Amino acid sequence: MSKILIVAEHRDGKLNPAIAKCVHCASQINGAEIHIAVFSNEPSSVAADAARISGVAKVVTVIHPAHAHALASNIAPQLAEIAKGYSHVFGPSTTFGKDLMPRVAALLDAPQASDIMAVEGATRFRRPIYAGNAIVTVEVVAGTQLVATVRTASFEPAAVGATSAPIEDATFSAALPTHTRFVSISAARNDRPDLQTAKKVVSGGRALASADNFKILYQLADRMGAAVGASRAAVDAGYAPNDMQVGQTGKIIAPELYMTFGISGAVQHLTGIKDARTIVAINKDPEAPIFEVADFGLVGDLFQVVPELEKLLASNG
Amino acid sequence: MKRILVSIKRVIDYNVRIRVKPDGSGVVTDGVKMSINPFDEIALEEALRIKEKGLAEEILAVSIGPVDCQQQLRTALAMGADRAVHVQTDVAVESGCAAKLLLKLVEREQPVLAILGKQAIDDDCNQTGQMLAALWGRPQATFASKVEISGDRAQVTREVDAGLEVIEVDLPAVITTDLRLNEPRYVKLPDIMKAKKKPLETIEPSALGVTPVERLKAVKVDPPSMRSKGVMVKDVSELFSALRSKGLV
Ligand SMILES: Cc1cc2nc3c(=O)[nH]c(=O)nc-3n(C[C@H](O)[C@H](O)[C@H](O)COP(=O)(O)OP(=O)(O)OC[C@H]3O[C@@H](n4cnc5c(N)ncnc54)[C@H](O)[C@@H]3O)c2cc1C
Ligand SMILES: Nc1ncnc2c1ncn2[C@@H]1O[C@H](COP(=O)(O)O)[C@@H](O)[C@H]1O
Repeated sequence: MSKILIVAEHRDGKLNPAIAKCVHCASQINGAEIHIAVFSNEPSSVAADAARISGVAKVVTVIHPAHAHALASNIAPQLAEIAKGYSHVFGPSTTFGKDLMPRVAALLDAPQASDIMAVEGATRFRRPIYAGNAIVTVEVVAGTQLVATVRTASFEPAAVGATSAPIEDATFSAALPTHTRFVSISAARNDRPDLQTAKKVVSGGRALASADNFKILYQLADRMGAAVGASRAAVDAGYAPNDMQVGQTGKIIAPELYMTFGISGAVQHLTGIKDARTIVAINKDPEAPIFEVADFGLVGDLFQVVPELEKLLASNG
Repeated sequence: MKRILVSIKRVIDYNVRIRVKPDGSGVVTDGVKMSINPFDEIALEEALRIKEKGLAEEILAVSIGPVDCQQQLRTALAMGADRAVHVQTDVAVESGCAAKLLLKLVEREQPVLAILGKQAIDDDCNQTGQMLAALWGRPQATFASKVEISGDRAQVTREVDAGLEVIEVDLPAVITTDLRLNEPRYVKLPDIMKAKKKPLETIEPSALGVTPVERLKAVKVDPPSMRSKGVMVKDVSELFSALRSKGLV
């Protein structure tokens, strides 16, 4: 039987929505018993959220002052300790999970499957390679413990259940390493929906030509209740912060609506939006590759299209 | 000697349009342009800049794979690496195995830093650097967009989902590179000539005491499902109506 441990990602006392998606992924393995591990200095609210996810049988909390900031070098040795006896250890395919899970895999001497997008059985999974231009089916040798990260854009969140799973504390005596220290985090705070979970995303590319011009996209997004994304070219040029980058090396997202303005549609960008329900492209070049994947394409100058669209949204409110 | 180890993976060039073989055994590599993994080029560039600041004395480039990897190692030497080690093997090397091989070289060479790419753009695993750090029992600073070395510490800015995180690590440490860390230099012709004289050692995995095993077997490779091309609208009001009728605006 499969016993699956999922490591919780959280921030400011809130469980990351990616964890409910990991639970959904894990629950596709027949008969799996699913546990969640929470590493925190104050785990109670996160553990309570985790315990309510339907399909979760138990939550294990590890309390330590060092876990006030998630550092892979602190979490990995303890997670590897708890993970003994589990057939699978899952984490989300976010920067948190990507940083942490391979460190755990190495400590467990287990192979890792990154970015699993489909479950074909307890030992068989599908994952994208070559920026999503090919999909490989991988099979782990039977009896081998497997570490994996879950491509959250591929799974719906598991529902919130009516009951709560039991919460247990785990304690460790071994000292944590001191060689890695948190200094600071600069997170752009805004009132817009989170890019990774937003239902609608408005995204801009190099064509925006300045950080100032990006404001027209922020305005449009606010009118639509959308999050704002960007291409790598726009981020590299300093028009948008790095946490807005969508694509192979940025965020992989699956909104219901993804609207691109002045993005050419490079494969590395498209890999981030493959699972978007409806893609809209506005580009002045009729030959732009983005039109090959767009559900609705409009050839035009974004600096004319955006204000017009805003006007229509305002008058049809 | 203050040494930096940099890993160089040979991958299909990022501009090549990937084609899956009809029999599902992999992707087409025959006659396809191969290059240094872009993240590894950035790793080497960072090492070169650290050396140019006088904070390191030698840069060692390592590649694991078939004999052709030596082309990418020669390019690394032309860019400025001082020495190269080619771990020659024709079998598939998983990230875990690459990390074990790199660990053996780290133990032998005692670098102050090992700089790897955050991911190889062929397998997109994003694992090797973290695994090496774990096996080595040393810090990891992944997805780096800025590295500042002072004495026996490094301050690293990391590109994380929430924004930019800064951590401080004691050296030796593993750093993995993100795209915005730097822009790699171009190789100049005279340097290509000079690189031919630089030392390139070839070694078998068995000589390092590691036997590559496949624990995650690739059963088959499929092309991704294609999105079908949609419709072109003629103006903004047509676009608006289309989105409105789908309840999207
Ligand atoms: C290893 C690697 C990883 C990468 N990862 C990512 C990633 O995660 N995400 C990502 O996005 N990219 C990534 N890239 C970069 C990618 O290859 C492209 O360079 C990038 O996506 C291009 O961004 P862009 O579409 O904004 O710019 P461009 O390709 O320059 O396109 C700009 C577009 O704007 C149009 N345009 C210009 N003016 C206007 C106007 N006034 N109105 C309307 N349209 C206009 C042009 O016709 C053009 O199509 C990666 C590259 C590599 C090598
Ligand atoms: N066969 C290899 N040869 C040299 N370096 C490698 C090899 N495999 C992985 N690496 C290094 O590890 C990084 C991450 O690879 P991966 O974990 O496969 O995504 C790459 O950018 C390289 O720096």
